[in-house]
Amino acid sequence: MARPFFRRRKSCPFSGKDAPRIDYKDVRLLQGFVSERGKIVPSRITAVSSKKQRELAQAIKRARHLGLLPFIVK
Amino acid sequence: MVRCQRSAKQKEAHMPLYEHVFLARQDLAQTQVDGLAEAATKILEDNGGKVAKVETWGLRNLAYRIRKNRKAHYVMLDVDAPAAAIAELERQTSINEDVIRYMTVRVDAHEAGPSVMMRKGERDRERRGDRGDRGDRGDRGGRERRDRDEAAA
Repeated sequence: MARPFFRRRKSCPFSGKDAPRIDYKDVRLLQGFVSERGKIVPSRITAVSSKKQRELAQAIKRARHLGLLPFIVK
Repeated sequence: MVRCQRSAKQKEAHMPLYEHVFLARQDLAQTQVDGLAEAATKILEDNGGKVAKVETWGLRNLAYRIRKNRKAHYVMLDVDAPAAAIAELERQTSINEDVIRYMTVRVDAHEAGPSVMMRKGERDRERRGDRGDRGDRGDRGGRERRDRDEAAA
């Protein structure tokens, strides 16, 4: 049966048991939430909850300030 | 008034925790970098703070050039100090030309054991080759593709 507007519920990768802690030092983790161009990926795509997305954005910005992540990739 | 006194006492008993990261110029020797870390420790201790841990991340590539440097020596200090000590540390760090970037973040608790930066080596080894660390981005291909996949399943 076709369900044209069906979408699977995604769950936030930072909630639940043994979810990773958001930390500006964890470059590998943060890199997963940054586009190839270096932009922060919107939460509607990554399914991060809005609370965690705010935390994540803060961490990415801190990492950028320290030269751990790029502001932009040309 | 009573509250005032108590808060003053509390401040003495319990100082806020910080993480202080600084980046030293790439052409410094490791000993000079250690010297900078020691100087920072001294400033904090002179102003009534404590340094719980000093972590050297070594010479790392920068994501972009900072003051013509492509690499920098990273050092992180876990600090327990009054705000005034942090202010003094930041003042002196901003003057120092060997430090190209610094950041102090207040944290609720210091991480026990080495931070992610130090654990990185082991982690890289254990998941070499798998690039599946990009979060959940399955929704990119648009609805039609997803439906087709489901019909197939």
